[in-house]
This record gives sequence, structure tokens and C-alpha cells, in this order.
Amino acid sequence: MELLANLSLGFGVAVTPINLLYCFIGCVLGTLIGVLPGIGPVATIAMLLPATYALPPVSALIMLAGIYYGAQYGGSTTAILVNLPGESSSVVTCIDGYQMARKGRAGPALAAAGMGSFFAGCVGTLILAAFAAPLTELAFKFGPAEYFALMVLGLIGAVVLASGSLLKAIAMIVLGLLMGLVGTDVNSGVARFSFDVPELTDGIGFVVVAMGVFGYGEIISNLAQPEDDREVFTSNVTGLLPTMDDIKKMTPAVLRGTFLGSALGILPGGGALLASFASYAFEKKMGIKPGEIPFGEGNIRGVAAPESANNAGSQTSFIPLLTLGIPPNAVMALMVGAMTIHNIQPGPQVMTSNPELFWGLIASMWVGNAMLIILNLPLIGMWIKLLAVPYRYLFPAIVLFCAIGVFSTNNNTFDVWMVGIFGVVGYLFRQLACEPAPLLLGFILGPMMEENLRRALLLSRGDWSVFVTRPLSASLLAAGALMLVIVLLPSIKSKREEAFVEE
Amino acid sequence: MNIKSQKDFFSGLMFMGIGGAFAWGATFYSLGTGARMGPGYFPMLLGVMMTILGAVITFNSLVFERADGDKIGKWAYKPLVFIIAANLVFGVCLGGLPSIKLPPLGMILGIYVLTFVASMAENGWKIKPTFILATVLAVMSYVAFVKILNLQFPVWPAFITG
Repeated sequence: MELLANLSLGFGVAVTPINLLYCFIGCVLGTLIGVLPGIGPVATIAMLLPATYALPPVSALIMLAGIYYGAQYGGSTTAILVNLPGESSSVVTCIDGYQMARKGRAGPALAAAGMGSFFAGCVGTLILAAFAAPLTELAFKFGPAEYFALMVLGLIGAVVLASGSLLKAIAMIVLGLLMGLVGTDVNSGVARFSFDVPELTDGIGFVVVAMGVFGYGEIISNLAQPEDDREVFTSNVTGLLPTMDDIKKMTPAVLRGTFLGSALGILPGGGALLASFASYAFEKKMGIKPGEIPFGEGNIRGVAAPESANNAGSQTSFIPLLTLGIPPNAVMALMVGAMTIHNIQPGPQVMTSNPELFWGLIASMWVGNAMLIILNLPLIGMWIKLLAVPYRYLFPAIVLFCAIGVFSTNNNTFDVWMVGIFGVVGYLFRQLACEPAPLLLGFILGPMMEENLRRALLLSRGDWSVFVTRPLSASLLAAGALMLVIVLLPSIKSKREEAFVEE
Repeated sequence: MNIKSQKDFFSGLMFMGIGGAFAWGATFYSLGTGARMGPGYFPMLLGVMMTILGAVITFNSLVFERADGDKIGKWAYKPLVFIIAANLVFGVCLGGLPSIKLPPLGMILGIYVLTFVASMAENGWKIKPTFILATVLAVMSYVAFVKILNLQFPVWPAFITG
């Protein structure tokens, strides 16, 4: 019953006119960038971080969260109609969704994606609300050793998710951790790796890294690829309603996708991307009934399951952030940044010290999902028109928003020079096939990890065995080791490579 | 000795170089002991780890066979140069360049310059559509960032506003 009281508190916050407005802005922006290929939630949220300074913290977080799950809705539209993933988590939706569109069934495909996402979003939000309180209790039992172990587990999770070589992903994490250490050391007051540059004693700006590596890096590699002609199904989207037969087929797929997505979202390193891949693979494993269209030729289950899963995963990936203060993926790392600029230290204490923020954010997700289903189904025509805008007109706008976002963070041209450097570095990473997402996660966790390692070893008088003698910390590290072993098993290794090849 | 994966070979070298640099840099700070870590302890640990990872990646790239050498793709110099340059000139327009006594030129002018420089990244850009795009962006940015979000920018050139 406490849950109900909490939720009503949350709804009280979420349905105030100002928060409804920001929730709506977030959902619209999310759908917009979801529909547009070549710009993702990471770059967008990084861009808007500075703009949220002026907002109340609750409204800011509600809007940024809306962008993330809104992008999951929008991404499917592009996947189905253009055969391009508008969002990385919609990669698998292309496979069956586009085939459905080619057979003139774009409407039901869009409806399956939208309705599946809505259902999954509602369930994901409920799970988030139900799990938050008990997990927060658990978090209070965590000492520095446990926190350190948990971060290790989270980083391993991020590695497992990275599509390329494991070693390179680990190296990228370490690079991120090291970059996070630049600046004044809180314990000794020594300015580390700052080269006597005054601006660097505050550390490298988070927005600068995110924008340079993701924003500019992405634009440059997009421009490097020649624009090929794609068949866009924009005119023949008629009859959104799926048939009875469609509903019968997609309902169990939606349920399975929601379940799998929710579970994978909670995992460190998880989130929307992993969820959609896993649920498509699972759906394929389930096999097809006689007379059903095979996967890859326009099976509605191949749209409904991954789209439900990615939305469920995007909601439940808030759980580690809100209860433990540890971001499980790059978007959540940005949310940490957003909370910090509003002077909220992410962690288990948020629920008790800022209950209206905590429950308001959760309740807003339900409100946001309701807005999104309306934005994405009846108003689908509006987004389809957007797909007709050539990239030529989009990318200068994206460059501009990045530049304005960077400058306005500190009103400082130093950041503009830095983002230029990171743009080049980001492109270099792409050329060398080093995935940048683990770097961002390491960058956020660097200072936190050092602090917890320092404290843990101080308490144990320098004895490293503290990490394996404390049961909670030992089990977290064991889980991490298990994850590594599993992905390194030859049979899984080849499967994993196979799954990512489809990108 | 053949490089079997060019991408891995060079990323391994990159990681070794950066890791080594961080570890070397960490020696300038006190390392301390495990129980009382100095500011150099954690960076040293990570720097050494990264150097080892880089070495393993490079080693693997020389040993394990890959399809068609896993070559590094062609460098897209044009987008790289123009996109980064667009960002830099925008910064110059907003902040001015004290070293050559260039006063801040303001956001509006900056947007026009940025849009033109960025558009040049693509083949076959044309002056007229780019100009229209820049105007649209300038008006939108003025309304959104200056009027609604109230961000503090120099909007017009310093010699006009004084």
C-alpha cells in the first residue's frame, strides 16, 4: 500500500502543468530523434544538458527521460518504413518490419511496434516502482567494497554488450576511467594531468566528451558514407489497425518481449539495445506455427517482440541508476550528469531525500508512454513527412545545436576547442573500430571507482582480499567473472559475433 | 611479419601509447600505499593495465587471421575538417579571439558562418539553400535559446551593441 501512496505522490508531481509540458517536450524530441537516423538519444541528451540548468530538477529529469524512451518509439517508424534503424535498438526491427511494409502491411507493423511499446512501457514502469524500494534498502547495506565490486560488474556488463572485440572494449573503459581522473584529486588537492591549464583542473567536461565523441564523431562518419537510394514507404500507410490474426500472433510475442526486456534492462550494462537483440533471437528460437510467415519475411512477431523489449529495457535501466546511483549504460551516465548539475547526488538516498523527484520521475514515465502512443500512432503521418528531409539540411542543424550546447555549459570558448579535439578523437575511434559507449561509462565511473577503492582499502588496511571476503562484494565480482566466462565460451562467442553482424 | 588486422594493430598501439603516458605521468604524483593511496596510485594502476591490454591487442592483431586484413577504412578528411572547423569558427564568433584582437561577433553571425562551413563538408552544396537553412536556424535559435531558454550569449557583434 505504501507503493500506492508513493505513486500518488509521484502522479501529483508528474501531472502539474509544467511537468506535463516538459514530459511532452521530451517525448516529442525523443520521437523526433528516434525517427531521424544519425542522431541518437546520447547526443541529444548531451546537447540539452546545459539547457536544463534553468529548469527545476524534476522537470529536467522528466524531459531527459522522455527523450530516451521516446526514441525507442520513434526508432521503429524509420526501421519499418525505410529499413534504416532510426535508433540502434531498432536494428532488428528492420528485418521483419521493412518486409511487412514492402508487402503493404506497414500499418499493422507500426501498430504492433507502438502498442507493444506502450504495453511494455507501462509494465516496465510498474516494475521500476515496485523494485525501487527494496533495492534501495539493499543499497544501504553496501560499503565501499560492494560499490567498487558493483561498478566492476557494471563495466563488465558494458563490455559484454559492446559489439566488437572484448579486449578493445575493456581498453576503452580503462581509457574512460583515466580521462575521468583528469582534474583535482579530491583527497590530496593535487591537480592531476592538467598540464597547468586552469580549465582542466576542474576535469574534462562530461558534455564535451559526450558531444565530441558521439555528436561530431557520428556526423563525420555519417557524411563519409555515400547516401544510397532507399525505398521509402511513405505514401501507402493506410489501415493502422492490425487484423484479429495479427493480434493473436503478436500478443504472446509482446508479453515475452516485455518480460525479457524488463529483466535485461535491470542488468548492469543492459538497456534497450541488448533487450531488443535478445528478444528477437528468443522469438526466432520459439519457432513458427505452420502457415505462419517465416522470420525475415515480415512476421509480425519479429516487430512486436523486440520493440516491446527495447521499451521495457529502457524503463527498467533506470533501476540501477535510481536505487544505487550507478549508470548501467551511456544514457544513464548522462542522467547522472544531469542530476549532478542540479546538485543531486545519485544513489539510494535520492528516494528519501527527494521523494517527489524520485516518484515524480517514475510516474512521468507512465504519462509519457501515454503521450507517445498518441504521438506515434494517430499522428504518424507527421513523422513520415520528416523522413523526407534530406540529411544535407539536418547535419548543419545538429552541428549547430552541439556547438551551442557546448558553449552554453560554461559560457566558455575553452570547451569549444576541447570538443573539437574530441570530435577528431571520436572519428579516430570509429576508424579503428573502438566502440565509444564503454568509454563514456568509464568516464562517469572513474572518480567514483577511485573513491570507493580508496575507502575500501583504507578500511581493510591495504588488504585487497576485502573484495572477496565480504559476501556481497564477492558475489557481485563472481557474477562479473561469470559474465566474462560466458561470453568467452566458444559457442556463445560465435553466436554473439553472429548477432552483431546483422548490424 | 604480417599485420592481420590493421584496425587492431593501430588501436593496440594507441592504447599502449596512452596507457604508458598516463602511467609515466602518474609517477610525478605520490603513489602512496594500498592503505593510503596517493593521487598517483589509481592512475598508475589503470595506466599499466591499459598498456598491457594494448600490447595484447597488438599481439593478437599480428597472430590471428582476419578476413581481408581488417583494413582501416578510408579517412573522410573533408567532413572531418569542415565539421570540426564549423565548430571552431562558431566558438570564435561567440568568444572572439583576444590574441588577434577579434571581438565577439555574436551568435547570429556565428550561425551563418557555421552553417556554410558545415555544409561544405558535403559534395554538391549550393549557396542559396544553405543561406535559407542558415536563416531558418538563426531565427529558431534566437527564439529557442535567447528568448525562451534565456541562455546568456553575445547575440550581435560587439561593435554594434557596444
